[in-house]
Amino acid sequence: MTESGKPILYSYFRSSCSWRVRIALALKGIDYEMMPINLVKDGGQQFSKEFQALNPMKQVPALKIDGITIGQSLAIIEYLEETRPTPRLLPQDPKKRASVRMISDLIAGGIQPLQNLSVLKQVGQENQLTWAQNAITSGFNALERILQSTAGRYCVGDEVSMADLCLVPQVANAERFKVDLTPYPTISRINKTLLALEAFQVSHPCRQPDTPAELRA
Amino acid sequence: MKQVPALKIDGITIGQSLAIIEYLEETRPTPRLLPQDPKKRASVRMISDLIAGGIQPLQNLSVLKQVGQENQLTWAQNAITSGFNALERILQSTAGRYCVGDEVSMADLCLVPQVANAERFKVDLTPYPTISRINKTLLALEAFQVSHPCRQPDTPAELRA
Repeated sequence: MTESGKPILYSYFRSSCSWRVRIALALKGIDYEMMPINLVKDGGQQFSKEFQALNPMKQVPALKIDGITIGQSLAIIEYLEETRPTPRLLPQDPKKRASVRMISDLIAGGIQPLQNLSVLKQVGQENQLTWAQNAITSGFNALERILQSTAGRYCVGDEVSMADLCLVPQVANAERFKVDLTPYPTISRINKTLLALEAFQVSHPCRQPDTPAELRA
Repeated sequence: MKQVPALKIDGITIGQSLAIIEYLEETRPTPRLLPQDPKKRASVRMISDLIAGGIQPLQNLSVLKQVGQENQLTWAQNAITSGFNALERILQSTAGRYCVGDEVSMADLCLVPQVANAERFKVDLTPYPTISRINKTLLALEAFQVSHPCRQPDTPAELRA
């Protein structure tokens, strides 16, 4: 924690995983300090000795809060939910909570890791776009079907949940990799509805302290 | 999602192993698979997500098919060693008898199967003494034995224990 006692979030403007946590902090009204970690500059600031000591996974986001440091965006969000329970990010009903976690894991475990920076480096530049598009379309094909049973106004019923925090950043990645979203009307509708909410706007990649000038809103 | 596992329970079907486990924990709370303390719960989830989101998806069947047969072993080994390098360090702060303190948790349920994958892909486990120790301790428990791949109804004869 800082002198002021505020939590510290290590984040990269464009990291979809970091964006999930930024949304959670905004929704819960938690004031925090941002430490930008540039994943590309200097060979990747996440590989520095200092950052590695803080988060051995060498990834963003990491949140320093209440005397501990947590990595993994969903572990962070569940901790915030358990310690700052209002407004809720998980429904009360266990079956609905299962749907929220299933959708969140589908995105955070099943899509994003397959198209993150370090994997794309390994597949090589000429293959990157196709690889990322495949990862996203496979995942979105499944997600679109699941949402048809779970969705109301948002991913699960009519309350914003952890699943929605995962959806919006993943749709932004899809757009970045030029994925055609026409086959995913439910995903698109929910994404649009969420983007109108303040928490999703203040946390947007185009409005961060480390957003480059040319990408700034 | 066209994936396993999926659990049909209480009139619903849940996919994604950790979502299933958290549902079981919330509806059948004893014995616990997550500690009571929120900070320890965060460690359990962080370790589980590291494995289930950060290692396994990069070396699962459909990804390996895409990288092509001649690259598969190296690709899988890289995914596992990167993840285990981080995990070994994290465990040094969190581990007691098991991944987080001295109670079996969801993190341990993720560790053992991932170590089995590591062995299948011939990853050298010498750099990971904490992972190895915890894995060995867990494999002695009955739940980890009855559920082992070598003892399932669909285990092929030649791999059966």
